Amino acid sequence: MPLITVHVNGVETTKEVEPRTLLSTFIREELKLTGTHVGCDTSQCGACVVSIDGKTIKSCASFAWQFDGAKIQTIEGLANGTELHPMQEAFRTHHGLQCGFCTPGMVMTAVALVENNPDISENGIREGLEGNICRCTGYQNIIDAVKTGAKAMRG
Amino acid sequence: MYEFDIITPNSIDAAKSEFDAAEDGQFLAGGQTLIPVLKQRLAMPSDLIDLEHVHGLSGISASGDTISIKAMTRHTEVAADHEVQAAIPALAKLANGIGDMHVRNRGTIGGSIANNDPAADYPAAVLALHATIVTDRREILADHFFTGMFETALEEGELITEIHFPIPEAASYMKFANPATRYALVGVMVAKSHNNVRVAITGAGPCVFRDAEMEQALMGNFSPESIKDGMIPADDLNTDIHASREYRAHLISVMVRRAVAEAVG
Ligand SMILES: Cc1cc2nc3c(=O)[nH]c(=O)nc-3n(C[C@H](O)[C@H](O)[C@H](O)COP(=O)(O)OP(=O)(O)OC[C@H]3O[C@@H](n4cnc5c(N)ncnc54)[C@H](O)[C@@H]3O)c2cc1C
Ligand code: FES
Ligand code: FES
Repeated sequence: MPLITVHVNGVETTKEVEPRTLLSTFIREELKLTGTHVGCDTSQCGACVVSIDGKTIKSCASFAWQFDGAKIQTIEGLANGTELHPMQEAFRTHHGLQCGFCTPGMVMTAVALVENNPDISENGIREGLEGNICRCTGYQNIIDAVKTGAKAMRG
Repeated sequence: MYEFDIITPNSIDAAKSEFDAAEDGQFLAGGQTLIPVLKQRLAMPSDLIDLEHVHGLSGISASGDTISIKAMTRHTEVAADHEVQAAIPALAKLANGIGDMHVRNRGTIGGSIANNDPAADYPAAVLALHATIVTDRREILADHFFTGMFETALEEGELITEIHFPIPEAASYMKFANPATRYALVGVMVAKSHNNVRVAITGAGPCVFRDAEMEQALMGNFSPESIKDGMIPADDLNTDIHASREYRAHLISVMVRRAVAEAVG
């Protein structure tokens, strides 16, 4: 079995993985970081989105061994201790979540969108969230949250 | 998933010899198609030969009248590349419209073309721009590459290394996306170079195809008015829960007119 070393939320871990272990399974079951959700397991919903070296990917559609040596950020890596990341705070204040299942992927995606384009437009946010499905909110509060989060991230 | 072994070669030669040595090897590019296929147990390779670390398989270069894109270049990179944006903006736009940001961060041009999904976007660009597909053993012209539904001219173990796109005078890609998957319900690439016009249509049939009648009409007069409704017979088009063949035939005329209007500027 391949031995991989990953840096997850700043912590280095070395583990053996089976070739067919998905990154989502590795994160949830090996690293016990269950903030990353598996909604569809078929690349459709975006609940499993994590960030690799600053780029978002669907962790259910990649293998853990593909990220040997990579820096992985999951939803657990966003807050600074008990202080929420500005994007998390914005989701809280705008009720950008109801059941919360899609939220880890939404927030990870939103942070990446704003990091890539600090002045992102509302249209850019809507298009950027194309790969993330929410069955509860109707999206409007998510859009409002991302707009506020973007402003807070710009400082 | 069935069990498989992984191999991570770092040269094209090593990738080829590993493929030959494997009982039933398969190349892995971005995995955005292949990994879901493996998860559904629709394929059972003995070995996955990962192309990620193969030297010389990624990157974009421009030389005179051609843009060359290496097989492992991600959709995100094509979309953001300044040379592509300047020389063939329609290609950058096409790449930026594939799936969603997460898929674009992983998916590659080589994987997309090798897979030849009937609703994929890149095949329309490859065919309309008259691109050349370069493999580890030969060069294949676009007209001979896409041979059927999920079928290409690639031989067993043949590796796409890069794609050469001749820079057109004008080109435009218009996609009517399936609202759920963003795959093309109908996608149309129109390209004009030296009085030659090529129209390639994806999403509408079992495989990307060109339409000679529309091309002739546009060579006579490169204007949206040249495209009449009903120019494409609906008979051989796809019909499914997303759209009937008649609706797809209608969409093709509309999308070609829009593409020509954009290309004319
Ligand atoms: C949610 C979702 C939405 C999508 N939407 C769209 C869309 O709107 N439009 C669109 O066009 N596509 C879409 N796709 C498909 C996406 O573009 C894939 O990235 C692409 O089809 C396959 O590329 P890949 O790099 O992931 O290849 P892989 O999945 O790794 O490989 C696909 C196949 O190609 C073979 N292969 C890969 N590279 C090579 C090579 N260099 N030489 C020879 N064979 C090779 C592999 O062996 C495999 O058989 C979508 C995918 C998903 C999951
Ligand atoms: S669980 Fe990965 S996209 Fe839905
Ligand atoms: S809050 Fe329930 S799925 Fe989005």
